[in-house]
Amino acid sequence: MKSPILQSATKYLLPILLLFSFFLLLRGHYYPGGGFVGGLVASIAFVLHSFANGTEATMKILKHKPLSLIPVGLAISTVSVTIPMLFGLPAMTGLWLEEPIPVIGMIGSSLFFDLGVYLVVIGVVLTILFTISLNNLEEKN
Amino acid sequence: MELLLIILIGLLYGAGVYLILRRSMVKLLLGIMLLGSGANILIFLLGGITKGKPPVIDEKAKLFQDIFADPIPQALILTAIVISFALTAFAIVLLKRVYALVNSDDLDDLNTNEEEDI
Amino acid sequence: MLLAVLSGLLFSIAMVFFGKGLKAKWSPLLLVLPPVLFTFFASFIPFISSGNIQLQHINWVPSLGINFDFKLDGLSLLFTLMITGIGTAIFIYARKYLKGHPYFDRFFGYLFLFMSAMLGVVLSNNILLLFIFWELTSISSFFLIGFNNDNADSRKSALTALSITGLGGFFLLASLILIGNIAGTYTISELINSRDLLLKDPLYPLIIGLLFIGAFTKSAQFPFHFWLPGAMKAPTPVSAYLHSATMVKAGIYLLARFSPILGGTDYWNYTLIIVGGITMLYASIHSLFRTDLKGILAYSTISALGILTFLIGLGTKEAMIAVSVFILAHALYKATLFLVTGIIDHETHTRDITVLSGLRKVLPPVALAGILAALSSAGFPLVTLGFIGKDLIYEATLTFSNPTLIWTLTGLAIVTNIGLVAAGFMAGITPFVGKLPQQFEKIHIPYKGLWIPPLVLALLGIILGIFPAVVGELITNQTANTIFGANTNSHLAVWHGWTLVLFLSLGTLAVGSLLYILNKPSMAKLAAIERFNVISPKTIIMGLGSKIMQFSSWYTDRMHNGYLRSYHLKIILFAEAVLAYKLWVSGPIYIDFWSLTYPDLYEVAIVFVLIGALFLILTTPSRLTAVVSMSVIGYCICLIFVIYSAPDLAMTQFTIDTLSTVLFVLVLYKLPGFVNLTNKKVLFRDALVAISFGIIIALTAFKIWAEPINKDISNFYGENAYILAKGKNVVNVILVDFRGIDTMFETVVLSIAAIGVYSMIRLRLKSSEKE
Repeated sequence: MKSPILQSATKYLLPILLLFSFFLLLRGHYYPGGGFVGGLVASIAFVLHSFANGTEATMKILKHKPLSLIPVGLAISTVSVTIPMLFGLPAMTGLWLEEPIPVIGMIGSSLFFDLGVYLVVIGVVLTILFTISLNNLEEKN
Repeated sequence: MELLLIILIGLLYGAGVYLILRRSMVKLLLGIMLLGSGANILIFLLGGITKGKPPVIDEKAKLFQDIFADPIPQALILTAIVISFALTAFAIVLLKRVYALVNSDDLDDLNTNEEEDI
Repeated sequence: MLLAVLSGLLFSIAMVFFGKGLKAKWSPLLLVLPPVLFTFFASFIPFISSGNIQLQHINWVPSLGINFDFKLDGLSLLFTLMITGIGTAIFIYARKYLKGHPYFDRFFGYLFLFMSAMLGVVLSNNILLLFIFWELTSISSFFLIGFNNDNADSRKSALTALSITGLGGFFLLASLILIGNIAGTYTISELINSRDLLLKDPLYPLIIGLLFIGAFTKSAQFPFHFWLPGAMKAPTPVSAYLHSATMVKAGIYLLARFSPILGGTDYWNYTLIIVGGITMLYASIHSLFRTDLKGILAYSTISALGILTFLIGLGTKEAMIAVSVFILAHALYKATLFLVTGIIDHETHTRDITVLSGLRKVLPPVALAGILAALSSAGFPLVTLGFIGKDLIYEATLTFSNPTLIWTLTGLAIVTNIGLVAAGFMAGITPFVGKLPQQFEKIHIPYKGLWIPPLVLALLGIILGIFPAVVGELITNQTANTIFGANTNSHLAVWHGWTLVLFLSLGTLAVGSLLYILNKPSMAKLAAIERFNVISPKTIIMGLGSKIMQFSSWYTDRMHNGYLRSYHLKIILFAEAVLAYKLWVSGPIYIDFWSLTYPDLYEVAIVFVLIGALFLILTTPSRLTAVVSMSVIGYCICLIFVIYSAPDLAMTQFTIDTLSTVLFVLVLYKLPGFVNLTNKKVLFRDALVAISFGIIIALTAFKIWAEPINKDISNFYGENAYILAKGKNVVNVILVDFRGIDTMFETVVLSIAAIGVYSMIRLRLKSSEKE
């Protein structure tokens, strides 16, 4: 499937799709979107890239194994859940900054929770797909 | 539309059941996915279906001004869709591995003879 | 007291870690615990004998009414002293008996566990706690009986003992829960106040019936007695411990404990009298035909347990005094006889009384112990505790409340006791008298650790027999008071004058001795009695057991045939039956046509595309077509979500569907196409099942949809999404805020799936590399 058209297209599609997925994540609290969808779109971006350039090339862009995203995501979610307890509030209480930040909008602990979900979803989907496709490659050789 | 969806649910369930009664592992997997889709639509329908009123509060308002689609079934189904993907992925890799071992898609080939069993 | 009960458990666990060291060098350390516990409980004697009760309460699971409630009263005290006192003798004996055994440490681990379970049973003041320890004794005795696990017979007897006592435990639990529910308390000392409530309850016969099954299985009462002779496969110290003072007496303890709470009715009394009577007579006669020393002791133990059950059934003041003394007397002489048997077995390697004789010449101290115990067992007048016990038994039968039955019951007791006298002599005297055969001449007196414990126990039986008032004042009077539930004013004495009871005792002894001299057990007689085995309870119950096994394996073969699709078929048919029945019962469906919405043309089109794809999946022989159709179905569902106001769902469904298709293609492109493996008939049957399932589900869905639905929770989320969580997309707010913990665990599940996939593929690679 290594067509030059697709290869050059993904070169631009990957950053755009990633940006879009991040946009979905950020606006999730107000409009349709959120961590699950954002994570899935980002995964699709990487999968598309791997179709065009081969899984190994995509792995090079990622630098780390996608498996390592899972603990990072889980840690972020956990921290966002437990931080309110430091202020003497029950776990999961939503904490919000007073003023909205330009472009991003309101920032609160639930955004970090969603960020954790986002990372876990990317990690899970890419781990599953890339392990299988790398394995297919190895079997071929 | 409700009647149409109910028929659709019946068909999805029926087809799912038919597929899980087959000997092929791939068909079994497809059957499970169809049953999952059927269940999703069932939950969606039972929450009550509303056209063009997503459960998103208007930009200027703090509360809903109008009737809105039930958010709970949607939250449930969203979770179910993502989990079912994980399930499918796991099952499919299991299938791949079984295929590599016994070189067959037939579930009956997985049975060992009783002598080997113990 | 908690520590006293748990210390055995802790020692048992310690055996796992330090067993190897304790096996050789430090083995005397093992002997520390039982005497320490004995001293601990003995220190309560002055306190308890003046009529006090020691209670201890520690919360464990208060919400379920299960607490560490312990109670030390007269009944518990007698048992704790026997458990720890005879336990001390057993521990000393076992250390020498099993010297050098490869599993020495394991044995002591089990023994500690058993001892602590037994202490727990007799000290628990909470009936559920009592049950827990009760089961623990069954399990630990299973390990002890099956200790020689390289012997098939031994394994089988252990399993029989466990299944019989375990079955009894099951019934006991039912009974205890019923008692607790009716009385509203699980504390034994409070149950006594609910006596009237329990006796009047319509479930009363059921309660005591279940309780009796529990007690009878444990105490080897007819027809559940047969596990006990089988349990003789255990090492002798185990038999001595389990069958003299502990395991089998637990059932007696249970009856004695519940006698003041549930007893005193005709149901209670006559059931116990009948079962105890049958057991004592049956076992007493059986014991005369045995040639194996342990076999004789096993049957005479069953008989003694029958006597105890019988006495508790009599329920009079005199009977309770007899119970309290006879428990102690029997424990002392039976433990001695078992230990003596163990020494004989250890030295001569046989237990056949037709072979053994004249051993007094080579084993004098053992002979002394054996003969003294046999005399106590026979109730030799004036100098043995057995005599006091036997006297009290006759006194109890002669003063029974129903005068028409007095002579029947007394006669029954006399016949049983005659048999027991002869059996005691056979076990305790036969091996030591007569001419010493040549092959036994080289035998030497064994270790002190082996012969001192039985001798001490035997002497104790004599000393307490000479001064019965001492043991009465200190211990057994309070025991009798506890069982009777009121003061019994008992005064134990050796001499009551020339009474009828004394004549009966002397007569029993004389006839028993005569029977001993005349009865020469032999293999021929044993064979003769074994012809009746066909109708023995053992054969019947075992036969029943094997029938159940046959049925189970037949059922398993039918239902669990190894074909996944046949499991599916059965499950689905069952679900269909249940759902169809429910639909039928719930009445007709009313359709409110006004609330239906009309579909637009493009919606109908979507549904038809979906149905087409579905049809393609079912019929296509190509795997790729099936996968593509699957994704078409996914996209159609996605469109339905778009139209019916679920944008989040639509996006998720769309992306997931894409990824699933990629996944399928990645894995499946190498697999071969579908092969039509099934014949037309099966296809038709499956289609029928599937269609009916679809119809039933559709009807169910329709029925639920037609019901009015409660929207309170949805409205709550809708109203509070912005106010409480500052979000406007309610679905997202539910996921990340209101139900955030659920989402959190969902991500954990996803991670597990990913790790599963990853490891499954990596694992395979590694094993193929090895090849």
